[in-house]
Amino acid sequence: MDLTVIWAVIIAFAVAMYVVMDGFDLGIGILFPSVPVGPDRDQAMNSIAPVWDGNETWLVLGGGGLMAAFPLAYAIVLPALYAPLIAMLLGLVFRGVAFEFRWRDPGHRKFWDAGFCLGSLVATFAQGITLGALLQGIEVHGRAYGGGWWDWLTPFSLLTGASLVTAYALLGAAWLIWKTEGALNALARRFATWLLPAFLLVVGAVSLATPLLEGVPKYHERWFQWPGLLVTAIMPFAFGGTALLCWQGIRRGRDWLPFATALGLFALTLVGLGISIWPDVIPGRVTIWQAASPPQSQAFMLVGAAVLVPIILAYTAWSYWVFRGKVGAHGYH
Amino acid sequence: MHDPDGIALILARAQFAFTISFHFIFPAFSIGLASYLAVLEGLWLKTGQEKYLNLFKYWLKIFAIGFAMGVVSGIVMSYQFGTNWSVFSDKAGPVIGPLMAYEVLTAFFLEAGFLGVMLFGMGRVGKKLHFAATLAVAVGTCISAFWILAANSWMQTPQGYAINAAGQFVPQSWPEIIFNPSFPYRLVHTVLAAYLTTALAVGGVAAWHHLKGRKTPEVKTMFSMAMWMAALVAPIQIFAGDQHGLNTHHYQPVKIMALEGHFQSHPEGAPLYLFGWPDQAAQTMRFPIAIPHLGSLLLEHDWNAPMRGLDTVPREDQPPAAIIFWSFRIMVGLGFLMFGLGLWSLLARWRKKLHDWTWLHRLALVMGPSGFVAVIAGWVTTEVGRQPWVVYGLLRTRDAVSPIGAPGVTGSLVAFVIVYFSVFAAGTWYMLKLMAHAPAAGETAPVSAPIRSAGITAAAAVEPDGKEPR
Repeated sequence: MDLTVIWAVIIAFAVAMYVVMDGFDLGIGILFPSVPVGPDRDQAMNSIAPVWDGNETWLVLGGGGLMAAFPLAYAIVLPALYAPLIAMLLGLVFRGVAFEFRWRDPGHRKFWDAGFCLGSLVATFAQGITLGALLQGIEVHGRAYGGGWWDWLTPFSLLTGASLVTAYALLGAAWLIWKTEGALNALARRFATWLLPAFLLVVGAVSLATPLLEGVPKYHERWFQWPGLLVTAIMPFAFGGTALLCWQGIRRGRDWLPFATALGLFALTLVGLGISIWPDVIPGRVTIWQAASPPQSQAFMLVGAAVLVPIILAYTAWSYWVFRGKVGAHGYH
Repeated sequence: MHDPDGIALILARAQFAFTISFHFIFPAFSIGLASYLAVLEGLWLKTGQEKYLNLFKYWLKIFAIGFAMGVVSGIVMSYQFGTNWSVFSDKAGPVIGPLMAYEVLTAFFLEAGFLGVMLFGMGRVGKKLHFAATLAVAVGTCISAFWILAANSWMQTPQGYAINAAGQFVPQSWPEIIFNPSFPYRLVHTVLAAYLTTALAVGGVAAWHHLKGRKTPEVKTMFSMAMWMAALVAPIQIFAGDQHGLNTHHYQPVKIMALEGHFQSHPEGAPLYLFGWPDQAAQTMRFPIAIPHLGSLLLEHDWNAPMRGLDTVPREDQPPAAIIFWSFRIMVGLGFLMFGLGLWSLLARWRKKLHDWTWLHRLALVMGPSGFVAVIAGWVTTEVGRQPWVVYGLLRTRDAVSPIGAPGVTGSLVAFVIVYFSVFAAGTWYMLKLMAHAPAAGETAPVSAPIRSAGITAAAAVEPDGKEPR
């Protein structure tokens, strides 16, 4: 099989892992101001304290892997999205240190809580803008970005930014339903009852707006040609069914159900994005084969990835297993 | 890019230098501290002495803060290659990228995966499994150093590559790329530097409590351990540094010319300039204090060995001499001070006065942050000494930069400066606050929630009887 295709799948997998894993802990940051100060907030924070660092490592794998396997794409996309990416990195700085700092300095806990929330919000919004900017097309001259300062800023990218904020918030609320109990659990269910409809609304809006983009990529062709057509036929049913299950889970289901079904909705959305973008790495401009690093690079890394990714998944799962169950107000018990 | 004055280039370089220098402080500390924590936990498991457990918990809280700052400043680095050095990423990505991908796969995930258990899991997994998690984190930090220094060393002494039609470096031999000529020296020198830095920081904290009269068994133990490290590692480090310098002299002679201030060639033996002001514009050393022939003796092991100077190197290929002349001297000077501290502590130990000599404690306190200064000075020496190249002799820094204009880089640089100074200053302050109280019996583990009324404190979770409360 084609090395480049394998690497495209691996990078897509890393990005997907990042989106769902950092998605729920960024989502908790977004919801943070609505969570009452005191034991509820502590509980929400404690539920992700042992795992956020591992979750964010997938972002480093996505970035590092992109540079290694598709250096041309890395070299074009990152300068094109300079401002949102710098904003994302700074947002991640604030929210990352807040995990430690808020305990260390009760006098300024309000400040670090605000940093945790704003950092999460900015990072998420910037990631959503990044997605929108990629989908709407990036100007390429030769082997470099050829557009202007503000190309990334359009109504469409603002829509995708807001969509991702909604999506991560839903995932965060679902995580809280799973991992917490009592008042916070009830509160998270209330959040989710309006976040799920909001999520469906924004996904619908992005799905409708994408084919209308006046860019280079011809997204509708990909959806209405084999094998995209198969997915097009199944997708609405799969999405609708999962959303319905999620809704039931939020209303009165088992505590794990909303999170599991929200993951399902994310997976379906990501599959949809994959169909839109494949086989490009920069939609409409650069294919994965044009951006690919030499086979010597991809083969060398594949040996490591084939052995290490399963091991990583195993000990990551073990770490989640160690911190299984409800978190409680005083850390995991 | 339209950048006739090179302002955008200077700003991009300033931003990289700023963010990497800040970032480097944290791993330098966490590499050493993770190993120290593993040693402490191992000693506790082996001897059952409570003081080791108390020290472990004490430093674990400090480690958690430093590690978090290392993670967030590190994520910035992994993206900055693309945002600000896109041409470098395009051209060198096929070589540098896989090395960094291996760093993520073998080190970052390992550290992150076991950090949660190390910090919060003592009551949830057995003692041995917890120790395994601590070891995994410690090993992870060293693996991380391995890969990132392989990448950095390849940029200093590239080999094992070809260049394709698109101008990209194409890997030809991975063993040659990874084990490039400067790599073993840089790896040993850097990891030793991290250990020494941590030992001095631990020693400084212990010295502070000695001076304050808080000589708990924990304080005494950590001072003794730190001084052993200083006494043993400082001389090894001086030797390793000398070997690294000789390696650089062989593979990057221009860097050595600049950091020694050798503007002129010396056919009959070069002096060693102790001090002076390298004036690059005039291509001469001002106000030199020199020892004749010592330069040749140190670098060539021969009093009269002829040595070339920067007069044999075109001006556009010279690194900025004044910066690295001084950063090198700061590093070496501190290295010898560390050596002196180690010797003095041996004398005190021999005279059974290790915990009594206040002047020794005062020096150890002052030397507490010296490792960080030396690490940054050394890093500046090797990185600025690589200029004007980003891949030595092959790709110039000015040709590697992203097409981002000066206003954009100014904005991001200002943002980084403000955020880093405020956030990392706060973090450093919290670490200092933790260090300000002496480790003592009943030390608490890193707490997630500060209120622990329900009797499930992590401290209770590690009672020696091994019962694990739920």
